[in-house]
Amino acid sequence: MERTALPRRLTWQVGKTVQLVTETPQVKSISLDLPHWPGHRPGQHVDLRLTAEDGYQAERSYSIASSPEDEHVVLTVERLEDGEVSPYLVDELRSGDELELRGPIGGYFIWDESLGGPLLLVAGGSGLVPFRSMWRHRRAVQSKVPVRLLCSARSLPLLLYRDELTQIAEDGVDVSVTLTRETPEGWRGYRGRIDQGLLAKVSWPPEEHPLVYVCGPTAFVESAADALVALGHDPSRIRTERFGGTGT
Amino acid sequence: MAVTRNFRGRRTSADSARVPPGQYVTSGFPVLSAGPTPRTPLDAWTFTIRGAVDRPVSWTWDEFRALPQETVTVDIHCVTKWSKLDTTWTGVSIDSLLDGVVTNGEFVLAFSDGGYTTNVPLDDLRHGKAWVAHEYEGQPLEAEHGGPARLLVPHLYFWKSAKWVRGLDLRQRDEPGFWEGYGYHNYGDPWKEQRYQGD
Repeated sequence: MERTALPRRLTWQVGKTVQLVTETPQVKSISLDLPHWPGHRPGQHVDLRLTAEDGYQAERSYSIASSPEDEHVVLTVERLEDGEVSPYLVDELRSGDELELRGPIGGYFIWDESLGGPLLLVAGGSGLVPFRSMWRHRRAVQSKVPVRLLCSARSLPLLLYRDELTQIAEDGVDVSVTLTRETPEGWRGYRGRIDQGLLAKVSWPPEEHPLVYVCGPTAFVESAADALVALGHDPSRIRTERFGGTGT
Repeated sequence: MAVTRNFRGRRTSADSARVPPGQYVTSGFPVLSAGPTPRTPLDAWTFTIRGAVDRPVSWTWDEFRALPQETVTVDIHCVTKWSKLDTTWTGVSIDSLLDGVVTNGEFVLAFSDGGYTTNVPLDDLRHGKAWVAHEYEGQPLEAEHGGPARLLVPHLYFWKSAKWVRGLDLRQRDEPGFWEGYGYHNYGDPWKEQRYQGD
């Protein structure tokens, strides 16, 4: 297992919101101008802190959706029911507002060109966010590492980054989408949840020793990672990131 | 500290004296792991104390279950910001496991199925502060939460409570474990908010 030490102290810094993009009714991408950003590796996250007038604070972690080469750090945030921080970020935040954060954090669920491939990325819902950083990095450095991406969404309108997924498919990323609740007429992608059968169809064969990343809600990651191990993939080549919300 | 425009926040009704800085209380039980969940059959499971000891000692599952069992109710705090209050666990105290072990080690590297490790000063595992737990809320500990058995060190951030733990490697010198090697704090006191290196 590779290691990246973070010898710096992670200090809080203030970023200015420069752009807000509505990805779905529940999800926004927030572009931040961070003059003191030290750079990051694709897959890392930040800690974000909101402060009320009386000094009350709430902290949460968010994956970085931009590549190290992008001009701004982008966070894609899904509004969680009963959330405290995400409803503020999705509903309340305006362009020009300042946000306090520190990072980058995490050195294991990362991929950059130096780690090679072939790469298999498996995402459930907003689990796509750290992968956006990875595929943007791959394009920015003109990497030839072969990538297969499998993602599931409840319906086409709830699929994140639709236009960008079409674009990277033209760029040579093998993109598969499965819709779990609603499919539009004439849908040519997959239907239903990601299971062993679909993973067997879409994944690189285990003999090719792909580097596998699985990201999404806990139950999704548990079942996808179990299925990959059952298919013969080396557990030490499977890296997971679970989005809890409040978990189960 | 910069005030966030229009942010009010949701104050919890939980006893704030029990919630460390930067944490929020959850009633769920989120999962954080770096890889797939390992599943070791109980007849292949052992727990071992090795390293800087007069002689290594090892228990099978049945031997481990025959040791004195304790049930404790504690608050747990994850570095990803959630805290969970009044969680009840059953297991064997590290004091019991170390009973009769002669060591000149001052540090521990706990090791787990799946290759996970975490480091803790030996003193932090002694004196009724840590257990190897195999039941959660009266039920066998589920694999995704670290079953069949996990380390339980509730006074430190929960990544120190290694899931799927298989033993303790006693050492004279401290060595960073898995997350500690990726920039997380070497000690991890939630009350001092020691999340990352330098905190």
